[in-house]
Amino acid sequence: MENRLLYKPGHTACAGCGQSIAARMVIEAAGPNTIIVNNTGCLEVFTTRFPESAWGVPWIHSLFENCAAVASGVEAALRYLGKKDSINVIAQAGDGGTADIGLQALSGMLERGHDILYVCYDNEAYMNTGIQRSGLTPYDTNTTTSPVGSKSSGNIRPKKPMPEIAMAHGIPYVATSSAGYPQDIQRKVKKALSIKGPKYIQIHVPCPLGWRHETNLTLEVAKLAVETGLYPLIEYENGTLAAKRQIVPKPVEEYLKVQGRFKHLLKSPEELKKIQEIADNNIKKYGLRVETQ
Amino acid sequence: MKQFFEGSHAVAEIIKLCKPGVISAYPITPQTHIVEDLAQMVADGELNSQFVNVESEHSAASVVLGGSAAGVRVYTASSSQGLILMAEVIFNIAGMRLPVVLTCANRALSAPINIWNDQQDSVSLRDSGWVQLFAENNQEVVDFHLIAYRLAEDKSIMLPVMVCMDGFILTHGMEVVDIPQQEDVDKFLPPYKPLYKLDPAEPLSMGLLGDPGCYMEARYAVQETHKDVLKLLPKASAEFTAVFGRDYKDCLVEEYLTKDSERVIVAMGSVCGTVKKAVDNLRAKGKKVGLLKIISFRPFPYARVYEALKNVPKVAVLDKSVSLGAQAAPLALEVKAAFCGKKCATKNISSFVAGLGGRDITLDSIKEIFKKLTAKEANLEYIDLKPELLKDEYGE
Repeated sequence: MENRLLYKPGHTACAGCGQSIAARMVIEAAGPNTIIVNNTGCLEVFTTRFPESAWGVPWIHSLFENCAAVASGVEAALRYLGKKDSINVIAQAGDGGTADIGLQALSGMLERGHDILYVCYDNEAYMNTGIQRSGLTPYDTNTTTSPVGSKSSGNIRPKKPMPEIAMAHGIPYVATSSAGYPQDIQRKVKKALSIKGPKYIQIHVPCPLGWRHETNLTLEVAKLAVETGLYPLIEYENGTLAAKRQIVPKPVEEYLKVQGRFKHLLKSPEELKKIQEIADNNIKKYGLRVETQ
Repeated sequence: MKQFFEGSHAVAEIIKLCKPGVISAYPITPQTHIVEDLAQMVADGELNSQFVNVESEHSAASVVLGGSAAGVRVYTASSSQGLILMAEVIFNIAGMRLPVVLTCANRALSAPINIWNDQQDSVSLRDSGWVQLFAENNQEVVDFHLIAYRLAEDKSIMLPVMVCMDGFILTHGMEVVDIPQQEDVDKFLPPYKPLYKLDPAEPLSMGLLGDPGCYMEARYAVQETHKDVLKLLPKASAEFTAVFGRDYKDCLVEEYLTKDSERVIVAMGSVCGTVKKAVDNLRAKGKKVGLLKIISFRPFPYARVYEALKNVPKVAVLDKSVSLGAQAAPLALEVKAAFCGKKCATKNISSFVAGLGGRDITLDSIKEIFKKLTAKEANLEYIDLKPELLKDEYGE
């Protein structure tokens, strides 16, 4: 049992899929004594098309918005059976399933104190349905429902602050991570699973199709998001910032210019400035800049 | 033991004896007393169960879905808007073949907002794949929950069951109810042993994507199982009688003085008690009238209904719900369908709607329905309508 593959090859994810990389890191860090509850979305579709399944652990999908509630039921059942201490429960979803349609169920799960790790794979839009904007789509992003036009430079609002929203529930562990840093994902998953109670990890996962970057650039794009300060890697324990990945900040253009979804910004110094401000605010807020000796 | 109980408390008592490991619910009138009583039983240590208070009915249904998938007996209760908010999960639970048992405290649907009884909520979910049993009184409510678990968890069925009890009339009605002994319940309802469950020792995937190559077969399988339910319900009912004494015959329908009847009302739920009384009154005056009570609305026992009514010249179907835009109310459509294509389909089957939004259905209402069973078939006729409220005072 210990040698079995927990996330098997042969699934139908796109070439260069960041979510697939991250999902594998998560389950391999969690280990075989884990039950996964998965929302509807790319990950569900490309790993479990009947009669095939990529999962080597017990896995269940119910609906788009209810993985946090279904996981609550699984956890309650394990508690009833006296098995909760030996089995991890992971609820996982995309950004739309987490920050939009699944937010209520997630809030309930966090508030009730279930011993569950919730993982949000954040590819910053509804990719499974064809790149529509979600609550975690960044400012000025070109998506099919926040298109660029003569009167629009893309998505009109910044990302919903999901880690802060999760933290406001008073839960013991909240972290962000990135497909560009596989070891960071694994360390945080292991850390989270060592803590009792509800945990939230949000992982930035590039989508070559939706972000319109070359499929061989997935890890690089993910790293650039972190290195520019646009996707801070942070870790909160009991409400206190316990760790952060420090950077020598690169200008945001380096991240934006490799992605088609931001192409329109390169011609607009005004909009570029706004994006740089978002990165600068993150750098200041979390103290991301490496101090020089 | 016979005790004088509120209907909701009787439900809580029988659920306690069924020992669900996970209970989840969200409060909605008139379901609240059921889950309040269960919460108290858990708080007092009388019931060993995980009681999960959720932030919506959608999550209540999702929690019991998860609990059931993890291999534990589960319970939830809802009503009206709550049940309709659950609807997405309700369909999902049936498709995933999870033996969830739910009590529906039947209540009208908004708008206008209305907290009182009719049966629009559960009837609107008739296509979901759930078995639906309608109770006439609180003894049936208690007993049907036992039969519900027995049926749902049968390896040949593995479908969820909804026990429908009229809101307020039954949930808040006080009646003498015989609550069974634990040892008898244990005899009738052994501990739940799932066919499949989420278990790291034997990992499996549940809830997979069914593409056009397999989706139809999954739906067809549920349809076929509903046919099996029609066969198993009478068996479960007989087993029930052997243990508890009470006899619900085939547990599909109840025939009340139908054999020689010239006029029969078909109905379901608590109104059947009123109809029985009206039938008794009319029989005392020599009128040949009767009642056909539908217990199992899903699966609908077409053959059984045909047999019971085939020699009855005039049939009235009393619905406490409507299918807006259809030419008859939901139960009437089913009864008509039972005669479709039959040789002796000379039936005069009238569709009456009564009691929507909690309007009382009185003995006079029932008498009026019998009176209206003339040569001409009544088509979706509302009983006890107030014409003064229908005047077009604000029209052109």
